[in-house]
Amino acid sequence: MHCGMKLSFLSAILGIPSLALAQPAAQDTQAQIAALQQAVKSAQAASASAQSAGDNAWMLTSAALVLLMTGPGLALFYGGLVRKKNVLGTMMQSFAMMGLVTIIWAVAGYSLAFGPGNLFIGDFQHLFLRGVGLAPNPAYAPTIPEQTFMIYQLMFAIITPALITGAFAERMKFSAMALFLSLWSLIVYCPMAHMVWGVGGLLNASGGHIPSLDFAGGTVVHITSGVSALVTCIYLGKRAGYPYTKMQPHSMVISFIGACLLWVGWFGFNAGSALGSSSLATSAFVNTHFAAAAAAVGWSIAEWIRNGKPTALGAISGAVAGLVAITPASGFVQPMSALAIGFLAGFFCFFMVFIVKGFFGYDDSLDAFGVHGAGGTLGALLTGLFAASVINPVFKDAAGNPLPSGAIDGHWSQMLNQLAGVAISWSISIVGTLALLFVVDKFVGLRLSPEQEAEGLDLSQHNEEGYDLNS
Amino acid sequence: MLKIEAVLQPSKLDAVKDALLEAGIEGMTILEARGHGRQKGHTEFYRGREYTVDLLPKIKIELVVTDDQKEKALQAIIGAARTGRIGDGKIFISGVDDAIRIRNDERGEAAI
Repeated sequence: MHCGMKLSFLSAILGIPSLALAQPAAQDTQAQIAALQQAVKSAQAASASAQSAGDNAWMLTSAALVLLMTGPGLALFYGGLVRKKNVLGTMMQSFAMMGLVTIIWAVAGYSLAFGPGNLFIGDFQHLFLRGVGLAPNPAYAPTIPEQTFMIYQLMFAIITPALITGAFAERMKFSAMALFLSLWSLIVYCPMAHMVWGVGGLLNASGGHIPSLDFAGGTVVHITSGVSALVTCIYLGKRAGYPYTKMQPHSMVISFIGACLLWVGWFGFNAGSALGSSSLATSAFVNTHFAAAAAAVGWSIAEWIRNGKPTALGAISGAVAGLVAITPASGFVQPMSALAIGFLAGFFCFFMVFIVKGFFGYDDSLDAFGVHGAGGTLGALLTGLFAASVINPVFKDAAGNPLPSGAIDGHWSQMLNQLAGVAISWSISIVGTLALLFVVDKFVGLRLSPEQEAEGLDLSQHNEEGYDLNS
Repeated sequence: MLKIEAVLQPSKLDAVKDALLEAGIEGMTILEARGHGRQKGHTEFYRGREYTVDLLPKIKIELVVTDDQKEKALQAIIGAARTGRIGDGKIFISGVDDAIRIRNDERGEAAI
């Protein structure tokens, strides 16, 4: 009060002489204001440009990291787990996706996934990437060129069918696999991606009819690939001699290297889904790492208790399970929740692989369903539980104020939306995969002959050997 | 001339090789083999499935020696390879009809 009186007295005294100089002073001030406005505008433009540059740098890096997850990450991880005679064939399946899915995506896939269409699928307005240039698409990522967004999403489209190869390892024809997975990417992946991430999609978190929280692809990538894997391995039948013949990994060293590449690459998969180098990317990065570590420990503890010794295969499988489970949650939950999600995923996927698989007897050779299908389902549901608006205010009211995200915020009905997303991804995977398997089997024949299976993929499908250490 | 075939633990290869050289026997062929006698194998665990591995890594040494060298060779091998435990290995002795040095056509004991 004392201050205020002094201030008004002072300004009254000072104001009097300025009135005398009012006319010329006003013109100077106007010029000053205009100059200041100009300076603010340039500063804002520079800041936006810097943010854009930062965003694009991180997004291009993330795209490279996600591709690394397929080649050589997944190729090595799966390659080491099969018998020596199948190593090249297995790696070729991942590599084939890098080639084929890229072409499909460029021609029609991006359009079908991210073109505005209807609730379920995009349209053909971006056929041959028409209209997808270097200007940003504000509907998806306003600070990066749309081609950056497109190429980033392509890497997801590549790895998803590659994951399925784990279920039918060592027994599918290369030609059949190439045809089956190419069609799968169009009729299962693109619709699912559109529903969850595409403009107008049924499950889109921002504005969809059933807003489902899936930050980096728990439903789109892991549930679809994992469930499709289960369907495929049951349709195809078990490997000859399973489960009585010895079929152990021929190189745990190679699988180990692959798993570590997956872990590092996953930072691009999850933190890149922030679509910019923002604090949200930081959240996703931290959550990803925490979940992987907690799950590796969780699986190892479970294995130590059950079998008396922790194994390298168990530890790396655990890490992958944690990474899968945190994928939908990575940009929505707090770090301690990520640790919890990781731990739970480690134990749950261990249970799925060690107990459920043995009980039902299906030959999911590399545990694509046990880790990706089951882990993805668990992760999608836990996302509904742990999503916190303090991390990512994804739901807002009309005035723009953040609304509760998940159950931890009090928004328990989000669990129902998550369940809907899970149910839809299971359904589209089962129906789409069965239809495709039936058709491809009719036209090309899916399975190797018994002689080819005994000879191995490398020789029968590619006339090559993975190793010739005596040459 | 006699052929001595010795199946040994891989960890004993260096000791046996040195002992044979010390005994004056220079020619030998080393093979990597797998097998077992009375030894049990071990179990390995991959994603909950147990695998019994009973074909264990072994080293096989083959020598062709003259009748006079036979005892020296056997003592060298047994002395270096014995630990007293199951898994030490076995030695087999058989007759050899002839031996030929490829370089210069020498035959018989001169070729060993």
